[in-house]
Amino acid sequence: MTTATASRPETEKSAFDPRVEGQRLIKEWYAELEQANELGQPVANVFVMGNAVEILRAFDFKLVFPEINSLQTGVRKSSEEYIRLSEDYGMSPDVCSYVKADVGLILKENRHPVGRIPKASLAIASNMCSTFIKWAEIWERWLKTPTFVLDLPGQRAAGWQVRPGDAQHSADSRWVEAQFAELIARCEKITGKKLDLDKLAEIEDRVNRMVGHWNNVMMLNRRTPAPYNAMLDGLTYIGIMNVHRGTQEGVDFMRRLEQHLEAKVARGEGRVKDERFRLLFSGTPCYVSMRRLVELFENWGGVFAYSDYLTFAAGGMDAAELRYDTSRPLESLAEVTAIAAQRGLSNQFFAHERLAQQIRDYGTDGVVFHGIKSCRFVSSGMADTREFISRLDVPTLYIESDLIDPRYWADAQIKNRVDAFFEALGQRGSRRAS
Amino acid sequence: MPEAVYDSQKELELVLERCNEAVREPGIPPGLPEGFSGTLGHFPVYFPEEIAHAAGLLPMALLGGGNRMEMKHADARMGSFVCSICRSTTEMGLNGSLKDLSGFVTHPICDAAKHLAGIWARNLPDQVSQILYLPQNVNTPGAVRYIAAEYQRLRGVLEAKTGRKVSDEALRASLRTYNRNRALLREVYALRRDAPWKLSCTESYLLTRARSRMPCEEHNALLERALAALAHRKAPAQDKPRVVFVGGFCEQPPLEMLEAIDESCYVVDDDLLIGMRWLTADVPEGGDPVWALAESYVERSAASPVQHDARKSKEGYLMEMLRGANADAAILTAAKFCEPGLDDQLAWSKHFDEVGVPYLVLEFEEKMTSFEQMAMQVETFAESLLFALA
Ligand code: SF4
Ligand code: SF4
Repeated sequence: MTTATASRPETEKSAFDPRVEGQRLIKEWYAELEQANELGQPVANVFVMGNAVEILRAFDFKLVFPEINSLQTGVRKSSEEYIRLSEDYGMSPDVCSYVKADVGLILKENRHPVGRIPKASLAIASNMCSTFIKWAEIWERWLKTPTFVLDLPGQRAAGWQVRPGDAQHSADSRWVEAQFAELIARCEKITGKKLDLDKLAEIEDRVNRMVGHWNNVMMLNRRTPAPYNAMLDGLTYIGIMNVHRGTQEGVDFMRRLEQHLEAKVARGEGRVKDERFRLLFSGTPCYVSMRRLVELFENWGGVFAYSDYLTFAAGGMDAAELRYDTSRPLESLAEVTAIAAQRGLSNQFFAHERLAQQIRDYGTDGVVFHGIKSCRFVSSGMADTREFISRLDVPTLYIESDLIDPRYWADAQIKNRVDAFFEALGQRGSRRAS
Repeated sequence: MPEAVYDSQKELELVLERCNEAVREPGIPPGLPEGFSGTLGHFPVYFPEEIAHAAGLLPMALLGGGNRMEMKHADARMGSFVCSICRSTTEMGLNGSLKDLSGFVTHPICDAAKHLAGIWARNLPDQVSQILYLPQNVNTPGAVRYIAAEYQRLRGVLEAKTGRKVSDEALRASLRTYNRNRALLREVYALRRDAPWKLSCTESYLLTRARSRMPCEEHNALLERALAALAHRKAPAQDKPRVVFVGGFCEQPPLEMLEAIDESCYVVDDDLLIGMRWLTADVPEGGDPVWALAESYVERSAASPVQHDARKSKEGYLMEMLRGANADAAILTAAKFCEPGLDDQLAWSKHFDEVGVPYLVLEFEEKMTSFEQMAMQVETFAESLLFALA
């Protein structure tokens, strides 16, 4: 089932610019979406955590990621307009701003800064973030979008040791498989097609290869200097991991990205010119002030070597180096989905365990926590996790803003805190220097 | 000595005083009742208390810290945007008032609630700290089997903690005790529906909440006494509109808020403390008790904003509540920062706009201390309803 990857000429390799290429792929994806309804293609709304994309792709669904739509309104500086529309409609200021931007989109009849978003014939909401379900209920209510809640058993306690094939994992996988069976029946009904298992296996094989490269990409940032900024550059990478999960373009992008970063490492070239501090970023970025946020840290020679966002927002499969067994595509899909949900997604609720390990893996000097007003999934336990990490004698910084709501970005206050953090780090000295 | 004459009013006062005393302090009541070796704290909403009860752990519904608790620790441990019940529960974990719990169990009702398990694990590592993963998809065949496995897992965790096996017999006995409790609570709510002038929402709330700090057996006895006394209660019906109250499924509104509503309305049904009465009918007492409990979650559990079930739309179950209680209107509340509650509050109000049901929107926090403005709003609402209904 493995497809050999054609080697490309060196010139093309070095010409690869992940940001440009990533943007091109995202643009093309949106362009395709624009025509989906007219062409009568099936369309599914999915979230980045727990989504059965492999099954949907096997039925040729076009995929809409509402979270990406919402973040794109932030990147394009138009989120406030969408958020205000939803608040004028009656939505509370205290709920997830992604949901509000999406309600704004519905109120604007699907007109998005990148183009027209098609109407979905199915929505899959997992329970990994509880807001996904509330969000999907809005579509059910307004747009009559049929919803499938994919319930993934998560990490139940700290120190949770679930291993592939043990009794707990088998029971959890059986539950996931039962849901996949129902989902497949739904997809067959919507598309009028039968599930093609060979096609599913091919998609899984491509995901395997993407995840293989993805793991290597992560590993490369354990090197000093770090070749990329996990928070800024990482976002483009995650975008492709989601939007192109299981496509040949996705495999090619990840392979070339890995080569590109390897070459950077070989040249000793880091993301920041003079890397002084290696940092871990916990939480999600602020898309409306993305460049500014990065600049505040990079001006001090601080680079984000890792961000937990890279794991949970990319499906969580890297957390356990998971691979599909393509000779049993359906069973394996359930098994991998179940374990990824526990080790790579819902482990957010016990984030201290993962962070404590990653501080060692990435040789970081400190951890930056970004509390997101509207995202309780990443933020509710964050201040307490910070307290725990501080007890390990690791310097930490806590800042608060929002994903896409510009009203919560307090520049002067954030800058002061960042500056004070670096001054303290400077006095302490980098871990590498000591 | 002459035999004491049964005074129903006095009896009711005694029962309510016992309830008040039980719930006055949000922490663990002093002394363990006979037959229990420890206490198990559980966060709303859907916890199968029967399993803890059978394991000899007194189930303690953790319902927040109320409006008299001083926050010393939690503000620094939780973002400013997290609901009050999560903050006050964290405070109680950190300030020592829950330090003697054997364990703490939360559920995937929302992300803030899930995070409490991590907070507990980091700060109270000697206690069992768990997320009971109740499914948000109960419509796929296999859900009962999955829930049963999750309940068995909890049973195993509690057995390991207490060092004592939980037999099927013990579980069946707990089912019977709780079935009795469910029947009694249904009677309490039937009385509210049929003769709301006899029992206020605040009183019924206290009667229900008392179980959060006492064994179910004792609670059953109290409810029996209360119902007997209420049968004799003479209270004239007043000119008040019949309303349902929703939004109290997790964080609890302060008693003063309920009192303010009672002043002007008859609350003929509500979702207050729904986590203490979420099984809407008896759990079958024959057969495998864990399976019976799991099947009951799927087939006979109360709807709420934090449970997804394709058979129960949020608008549908609220309309059902209104019809069942023969109510004229609804008070749609949500706890501040409660995302699921706020989302559904909006959905409900939009639906009521469409179908022409009068409603009042209120936001609350368990830590609220000022109610005058709210009381005025409710009064104005009630007056407008009476005017419209006249
Ligand atoms: S709460 Fe957070 S994880 Fe959930 S949908 Fe909103 S932004 Fe995404
Ligand atoms: S009150 Fe709402 S947000 Fe808070 S724990 Fe309960 S359901 Fe979650």
